[in-house]
Amino acid sequence: MKPGCTDPGRELRELRQSTVRFAGDSGDGMQLVGSQFADLASLSGCTIRTIPDFPSEIRAPAGTLAGVSGYQLSFGSEEVLTPGDAPFVLVAMNPAALQVSLPELQPGGIIIVDTDAFTPANLAKAHYAANPLEDGSLEGYRVVPVPMTTLTQEATQPSGLPPGARARCKNFFALGLTLWLYDQPLQPLLEWLMRKFRKDRAVMAANGASLRAGYNFANTTELLRIHYRVAPGRLPPGRYRRVTGNEATALGLIAAAQRAGRPLAYASYPITPASEILHELSARKEYDVRVLQCEDEIAAAGAALGAAFAGAVGATGTSGPGLSLKTETLGLAVMTELPLVVINVQRAGPSTGMPTKTEQADLLMALYGRHGEAPLPVLAPASPADCFTVAYEAVRLAIRYMTPVIVLSDSFLANSAEAFRIPEVDRLPVPAPAAPPPPPEAFAPYRRDPATLARPWLMPGTPGYEHRIGGLEKQDVTGLVTYDSANHRRMVELRARKIAGIAAELPPPQIEGEPRGDLLLVGWGSTYGAMAAAVRQARLEGHRVGHLHLRHLNPLPPQLEPALRGYRRVLVPENNAGQLATVLRSRYLLPVESLSKVEGRPFLIREIRNAIEELLRA
Amino acid sequence: MNPLTVPPPEVPALPEADCLRQLTRKDFQTDQEVRWCPGCGDYAILAQVQKVLAGLGRPRHEFVFVSGIGCSSRFPYYVNTYGFHGIHGRAPAIATGVKCARPDLSVWVVTGDGDGLSIGTNHLIHALRRNADLKILLFNNRIYGLTKGQYSPTSEFGKRTKSSPLGTIEQPIRPILTALAAQATFVARTLYADPGHLAETLAAAARHRGAAFIEILQNCRVFNEGAFDAVADRATAEENRLLLRHGQPIRFGPGGRRGLILRDMEPACVDLEAEPHRAGELLVHNAASTSPALAALLAELEPPHFPTALGIFRQLERPTYEDLLMGQIREATARRGRPDLRQLLESGTTWVVE
Repeated sequence: MKPGCTDPGRELRELRQSTVRFAGDSGDGMQLVGSQFADLASLSGCTIRTIPDFPSEIRAPAGTLAGVSGYQLSFGSEEVLTPGDAPFVLVAMNPAALQVSLPELQPGGIIIVDTDAFTPANLAKAHYAANPLEDGSLEGYRVVPVPMTTLTQEATQPSGLPPGARARCKNFFALGLTLWLYDQPLQPLLEWLMRKFRKDRAVMAANGASLRAGYNFANTTELLRIHYRVAPGRLPPGRYRRVTGNEATALGLIAAAQRAGRPLAYASYPITPASEILHELSARKEYDVRVLQCEDEIAAAGAALGAAFAGAVGATGTSGPGLSLKTETLGLAVMTELPLVVINVQRAGPSTGMPTKTEQADLLMALYGRHGEAPLPVLAPASPADCFTVAYEAVRLAIRYMTPVIVLSDSFLANSAEAFRIPEVDRLPVPAPAAPPPPPEAFAPYRRDPATLARPWLMPGTPGYEHRIGGLEKQDVTGLVTYDSANHRRMVELRARKIAGIAAELPPPQIEGEPRGDLLLVGWGSTYGAMAAAVRQARLEGHRVGHLHLRHLNPLPPQLEPALRGYRRVLVPENNAGQLATVLRSRYLLPVESLSKVEGRPFLIREIRNAIEELLRA
Repeated sequence: MNPLTVPPPEVPALPEADCLRQLTRKDFQTDQEVRWCPGCGDYAILAQVQKVLAGLGRPRHEFVFVSGIGCSSRFPYYVNTYGFHGIHGRAPAIATGVKCARPDLSVWVVTGDGDGLSIGTNHLIHALRRNADLKILLFNNRIYGLTKGQYSPTSEFGKRTKSSPLGTIEQPIRPILTALAAQATFVARTLYADPGHLAETLAAAARHRGAAFIEILQNCRVFNEGAFDAVADRATAEENRLLLRHGQPIRFGPGGRRGLILRDMEPACVDLEAEPHRAGELLVHNAASTSPALAALLAELEPPHFPTALGIFRQLERPTYEDLLMGQIREATARRGRPDLRQLLESGTTWVVE
């Protein structure tokens, strides 16, 4: 069936961007159909951004509010920067899904519901006193009631599967319906089903039948009078794939280790929301990935550092509570000047906090959270695909400067997905030490490369360079243990200068907007999308607003101060209580203002828009 | 070595490569002044380790010594190999990382009763359980020395120290029992005061493939003088040392006069001179037993009622962690072909934008 092959009586409207949310019970397969829809939208040339919303319980009781699993995606012909403030279409597979998602729906939005699931028992579990499909509470929305379970059962009868298994295909019915609504073709998905279920033809047939039934249902009934087409976008040319932040991080680590010609030793302890990195890497052993699932966070940091000492690319991943535990090892890595990459996928804290919710509140900890004077580079990716670039850059800096590096990802980036332009492998820089190894007679463990101040990386197994390092203060050059006060002062300075010196190779910050203006928004990490979208809107309306996003949080890029001073006011939106704002104030003595959101959720575009307008009015 | 790994950067060959000549103990000494207290048991251990290393037929650059924090953990500074003085308790974790990055190297861990059995017990247990090919030397002096004399997790119940002036109220942890519970494949005990036994035990550990755990009884002259006198002193040594020999009936005392039997599931000593007919009842040491029962029973023995058992309690063969790890990498490579980064990046659904 081809797109546009529909009843000519129906209206086809063009959209530049749209947001859909699939919501159902955790067992309803919402993540699967959501991600398939994202791939189809991508194949049609749209840019995408997705975000899942999992229940925090592993198996919450069916039909309850706690058990709702959602998948939201925004797709469009222009650059889509966030998963969308408010869905235009909501697919609700049961009353609980409707109850949870309705508050976010656009006014006038479309609600497609499985009426079969609106039983008295399910309504009660979703805390509905009356059936919302009947009591008029959905007035103002376009409700499309469809007995999806019944129709799926009928359509899948020929597959020969038992009724229970057939009912589970209703997610594809919902997907078929949604595809028609957005004038998307069925064929790529039917092909995908054939590949995916080639070993189970009955399941393949049932899902395919369900998908077609949903599509045809929408095409033939009068329930949907309008359908929509989101025109293809204008992405830079290249080959693309969809990645989540955690997938991109794993790929970045592998790519960097492969290009460095070293094994990747990834030591980790399972923790939400960083575990997917562990899973991804565990499945890629053929890339000489040595995955160690350790007994605790401390051991994971220690094993990664030991591997780095022995010449591997040593990395460990974690989230907030785990970073606390790795802190001592980070100090050792600073002292021994070994390349160690720590990926911190931030979540809402303190303590166990809200493990499945996003936050950016570990910045000050990453910058300063070690005893002693222990500076190290801190980087933050701005989007899911950027996690690849930043993980790669972290490995490159770690090896070039012989230093631990912290990467601050977060739960939002980790789980959100977007199109990733696959880089030319041969153009990726080779992570390598700053200088070639000296001859053995000229070697001293702390004799530094004059340009980068990096010490040489001569690993066990190399003849002629036997040496000892450790956490005790080192004598400059020789690396021997000493408590000499002048030496300690010099070493503290050298370690600080080495990290500060990285700024020399960083590009100056790019402002989206003019170099001068009324209001500059400065951000870091996952706030990028909402900030960029809000600033673009404000600029289109003629406001003198700029956006500057920091990838390097330590050292800060050169020329940052004049960039900040070019604007009358500076606003820092952050998912914390104002940590980067604090850093910028103390560093540049500027009256930087903070826009704080600590609710476990990323910024909406409109929240930043509103803040911009308020400040400009003031 | 995994074939995928690019070898370390090329460096000029040494005029006199280690492997071309017979090394001596002196080759393993560093120019660092050894800074343990005079009379510390660590000196004797260091000397024997250096001697045993020289006899292993491997060049110095293939050894790595990893330690934690404490008196014993200064050890790597005094051994002229690669060394990493880590943080408190974490040496087994760091060493596991070293071993996984370079399975070809000989990796040794030096720890103490505080480092290995208090702050780092978790790492010690898991390193042993995984059976990474690490040689773990635990110097047990039953006291915190570097922090100047607090009781340690192996201090005997009721011991009076600076932090327990009225006596400790804790049961001591048993190093050998802990290692056995962790399913270590090599578990031994030796002591600083018997260089021959020390060297023999170290050499056996070095030959073992897998995690080797050696408890080395060691005297702290300053804070716990005489802790092991019963077994260390020449005068009482013969009476108080039970030397374990695989496959041999368990006898001790001058001339092997006494022996160990099991009575109502409890160990008991018999005087074979008085009761020679009981020789047939003696327990026979079996270090290769898959059951830890006998080894555990022997580990518990201590003066004054029993001798202290020394030697190898347990030695089993089991695949090492790094062999299994590298085996999986080879298997994945054989199944999916040599790694191709482009192929990895382009896996899954991709699309082209013109």
